[in-house]
Amino acid sequence: MSVRSKVIEAIQQIAKEQHVTLPALSDDLSLHETGFDSLAFAILVARLEDETGVDPFTVSEDAAFPATVGDFVRAYENVPA
Amino acid sequence: MSPREIFALRDHLGAELKGRTLSDAQTSVSLTDILSQTVLGGRLRELSGRCVLLRLSDQLRSGLAMIELDGIARRMLLCPPDLNPAHLDAVIADAGIDAVVTDEPDRWANTGFALIVTAHVPLQATAPVKTERATEWLMLTSGTSGVPKIAGHTLEALTGAIVAEGPARGPAPVWATFYDIRRYGGLQIFLRAFLSGGSMVLSDPHEALADHVARLNARGVSHISGTPSHWRKLLMSGSAAQFAPGYVRLSGEIADQAVLDGLKAAFPNASVGHAYASTEAGVGFAVNDGLEGFPADYLGNRNGVEMKVVDGSLRIRSTRTAHAYIGRNAAALTDADGFVDSGDIVELRGDRYYFVGRRGGIINIGGLKVHPEEIEAVINRHPDVRMSRAKSRRSPITGGIVVADVILADGSDPARAKEIRDQILDQCRAQLASHKVPAVIRFVEALDVTPAGKLARTDA
Repeated sequence: MSVRSKVIEAIQQIAKEQHVTLPALSDDLSLHETGFDSLAFAILVARLEDETGVDPFTVSEDAAFPATVGDFVRAYENVPA
Repeated sequence: MSPREIFALRDHLGAELKGRTLSDAQTSVSLTDILSQTVLGGRLRELSGRCVLLRLSDQLRSGLAMIELDGIARRMLLCPPDLNPAHLDAVIADAGIDAVVTDEPDRWANTGFALIVTAHVPLQATAPVKTERATEWLMLTSGTSGVPKIAGHTLEALTGAIVAEGPARGPAPVWATFYDIRRYGGLQIFLRAFLSGGSMVLSDPHEALADHVARLNARGVSHISGTPSHWRKLLMSGSAAQFAPGYVRLSGEIADQAVLDGLKAAFPNASVGHAYASTEAGVGFAVNDGLEGFPADYLGNRNGVEMKVVDGSLRIRSTRTAHAYIGRNAAALTDADGFVDSGDIVELRGDRYYFVGRRGGIINIGGLKVHPEEIEAVINRHPDVRMSRAKSRRSPITGGIVVADVILADGSDPARAKEIRDQILDQCRAQLASHKVPAVIRFVEALDVTPAGKLARTDA
């Protein structure tokens, strides 16, 4: 499974658990508009770390949190394997 | 001379000593002639009035030395096997130790102690002695880090709950415990066995659980105690089916409904009770209705034990508490009114109080305080879960999140793991605030339990 589809699947799973109704997940959708609160993002980052072995937001020196869904996915795609 | 009579352990042993034993995996000692035998090579007289460190590598000789020393030594300090050797000097200084009972005399040869007594089995014959004084029993607290605190007890305080219950009815019990008898929970069982006219089967940390259970059976153990973690391990081991005790007791950790129900199912003919006790607060109470928590009307004064809840934590005042912390910089053990603050946080729901966790065990989740035990109790309610541990994990988003490690019950199909995980999460969401719901659940084969029998919480 591609990194992108892993990330999207995790977002959808957490949305289901948290009873969040997601809009269509386009790359330029701002993370704010996903309806996720900080707890939901924290869960997302923790689960993706378990699945992919990386937490790009703790590892990266430029730890700025991404603004859009596309940025978020790329943060995982750009981690050197 | 003395204002009232002093009873030492030897005076409590009872008139009838025949047929009673103290045993471990290797050795069984008959109590029949115990009062005219010595584990100290006949050197008890030399220890009269001394402050004695009991530093032995096994429980059997420790227990025999306690019987001999109580009422003769001024103080005896019980060393549990997991005492960090790096803390020994501080403990010795704080307790004013001036004599050592050991089974490794060579180790103590050049330590400056003038009085080193070696403990031996088999026992040797000696003349019985008379109780001279009320010996102070020093016990170490089981905190996880730093130098342990020393709690001072008397035999009267240690046996208060046992004496209050009166002698056991029916045949003499054979007691066992998963605890070490040099810990408060284990010592209670050791004393209970002797005061109730029974026998005692000691645990052995190096023995496989199945072998331990076989030994409990062979010795006819009828009454047995341990922490909920000890009991969960037994329930997971598959060895419980071979064992049929009459009385099962839990203490030392929160007994949640899942473990109480699990024990009732495993031992349908046993009474299952949980007791609240700690090294400092002594024995508070026992709960025998099969339910977790305790009835709210236990607060107030009940059988000489006064309890109240202040700032969420249970406070206890009774003649069974330790009387002081011992040492140069020892903190006060009680508040000005004589109450011990247990640090155990309780919550009133309906007409019952429930333990939610330790004040010192709170984890911080995004600035909110969470008791891991409260989360574990909800997870443990799932029928496929045997044991769990909640902890915090760093999060770049919220600072911290809850994660849980879960051991599935025997026979749970690993293929159902995803389904079970979803059910656990549903259960948590229905019963816990959202920040307490685990973000991640991992299924694990084992969880660490400390030598004191408690779930290891190294990051708490």
